[in-house]
Amino acid sequence: MFAAEVTLPQESESRALDEISEAIFRHLVDLAAFHLEDEEAAYLRRELNGQLKAIRELDAIDVAAEVPITSHGVPYSPAMRLPLRQDHIEPSGAADDILAQAPEVEGRSIVVPDIPHEEIT
Amino acid sequence: MTVSLCDLTAHQLVRKVKGGECTAMEILDAALNRIRAVEGPSPTTCTHPQESYDGEKIHAYITLTEERARLQAEGIDRALEKGEDPGPLAGIPLAVKDIFCVKGTPSTAGSKILENFVAPYSATPVERLEAVGALTLGKVNLDEFTFGSSNESSAFQPSPRNPWDPKRVPGGSSGGSAAAVAAGEAVISLGTDTAGSIRQPAAFCGVVGLKPTYGRVSRYGLIAFASSLDCPGPVTRDVRDAAIMMNVIAGKDEHDATAVRTPVPDHLEGLEDGVKGLRIGISPDYFRLKYPDPGSGKLLERPIASEIEAAVRGAAEMLAEMGAEIVEDVPLPNTRYGIPVYFVVSRVEAASNLHRYDGVKYGYRYTQPVADLHELYRRSRGQGFGPQPKLRILMGMYVSAEQYEKGYYDKALRVRTLIRSDFDSIFDPQGEYALDALLTATTPTTAFELGAVYGDSVLMQYADLLTVPANLAGIPGLSLPAGFDSQGLPIGIQFLGADFNEAKLLRIGRAYEMATADEDWRLERPDLLRNM
Repeated sequence: MFAAEVTLPQESESRALDEISEAIFRHLVDLAAFHLEDEEAAYLRRELNGQLKAIRELDAIDVAAEVPITSHGVPYSPAMRLPLRQDHIEPSGAADDILAQAPEVEGRSIVVPDIPHEEIT
Repeated sequence: MTVSLCDLTAHQLVRKVKGGECTAMEILDAALNRIRAVEGPSPTTCTHPQESYDGEKIHAYITLTEERARLQAEGIDRALEKGEDPGPLAGIPLAVKDIFCVKGTPSTAGSKILENFVAPYSATPVERLEAVGALTLGKVNLDEFTFGSSNESSAFQPSPRNPWDPKRVPGGSSGGSAAAVAAGEAVISLGTDTAGSIRQPAAFCGVVGLKPTYGRVSRYGLIAFASSLDCPGPVTRDVRDAAIMMNVIAGKDEHDATAVRTPVPDHLEGLEDGVKGLRIGISPDYFRLKYPDPGSGKLLERPIASEIEAAVRGAAEMLAEMGAEIVEDVPLPNTRYGIPVYFVVSRVEAASNLHRYDGVKYGYRYTQPVADLHELYRRSRGQGFGPQPKLRILMGMYVSAEQYEKGYYDKALRVRTLIRSDFDSIFDPQGEYALDALLTATTPTTAFELGAVYGDSVLMQYADLLTVPANLAGIPGLSLPAGFDSQGLPIGIQFLGADFNEAKLLRIGRAYEMATADEDWRLERPDLLRNM
């Protein structure tokens, strides 16, 4: 059968070093806003630690301090860039199509559950 | 096998349709008949009974847009009757990777979180292809949010199969694109390449794939993965079709500030000028690779598959016979760091891009009662995303979070500079090597079996070892079919070039095609097409 819900791939070999501890993992999951089942959480943490092993290869590279960062490969000269657009409002005409994508609407408003907040006295 | 219209190339079909030998509707019908014959059950997020799947079908399309294509075909045929020219892709069935928004179609990114999202606008490259006569036949499957190299991570199952052996993967993430073009379910496809996602599946499926220079093709309407790496590009049956597609999709776009205004050359001009006098390099750093051992996870140095290396060296000999100067032992010492750098850069960008999916404005929303907005986020994202997007988001947050990061991101961006410098030095016209192109294998192996790699997110990433440096450097890369291995699986070779030198790569690729036009392997067809 092909699963309808989240399907976990076959596990890869367990890797010894756990830089991402259970506590760090829980914090990341909270920041990422995921509700996870235990089995999925175990798989994800194991894979993350495996990936870190590959990432740590970077530690061995001696990069001179003057080497700049590259945020994208191709250098963007002014001649290549489009001039900035005028900052003005244009009607999109797509409001109905956009609202039609919202999972829950009331009239022309998107419904949002209660936002956690504290009353300031 | 009888050759159907859908087995021809786009340029052959355009000549026929404009010459009155066939209509756009006949081409469309041929493609739809092929889909009915080889496609099998459409991939969905629902459970499929096993018996509905015979293990011999392709399953490329998440969505078929037959009605849209019929209206477009009628328009082409009407225009031709009136003596008008509908454009260079008149009547050509196009499969669009389902990572592009196409107005009025489900645009899913292969994810449950966008399963019901209907795009309110079309991506610029899709608009441009439709404007010159392409018939949008449907949206093809991919790894979820393009995160993979096999298509197995798609939320829409069964995932696409390789037409040359349906027990094997088509590659990824543009696996549906490559499989559809190889099986005659489309004539051309629009894919994307972030680490090799056009070139690797093109190699696995025996078709042509071009990753353009970053910024050459607009990303407007492309559902973002890694914004500094993503490149839309063509998947076709031959080099000329890729050149035609590039003429259409390349160029500035006021909706994408990273789409450059550098003039677009005519990619067909000089396409058959040959390689005489061109300097083409070969690098030992693309033959010997550091690869993790699946058992221990340790990085071991090993060569690429010997039959693939033989195909690369054979291509070099052929190009030399045609007058190219082959430069051996070109050093690209930072190639081996491509995957570790990519692990960091792509994850940080993916995490940033994927925070927008919150179950509020569009996409999947958890339907049970929730206590507050935070729970809605957690439940919607927990159920909507599969394991691969979750892994990328979590890693992206880890390596960029102030309290955890150990300089990973900064280091990765500096090593990215070194990878770029490697290419700058070999393509520098005043430099020691002054290359016009670098010739490499596209992949270390041919297509692997379903389930053989999926699950090990490290090993899967290393499938992109030979393709990812071009994405980090921004340069263009072209993958071409170069024969078959002893298991009958396609082998791909790759040409890399300097920024905006797509036309030169296509010219070299065309020379290789012409030199091998009469070889027996060019007559091979997938078994599943034999009884058509």
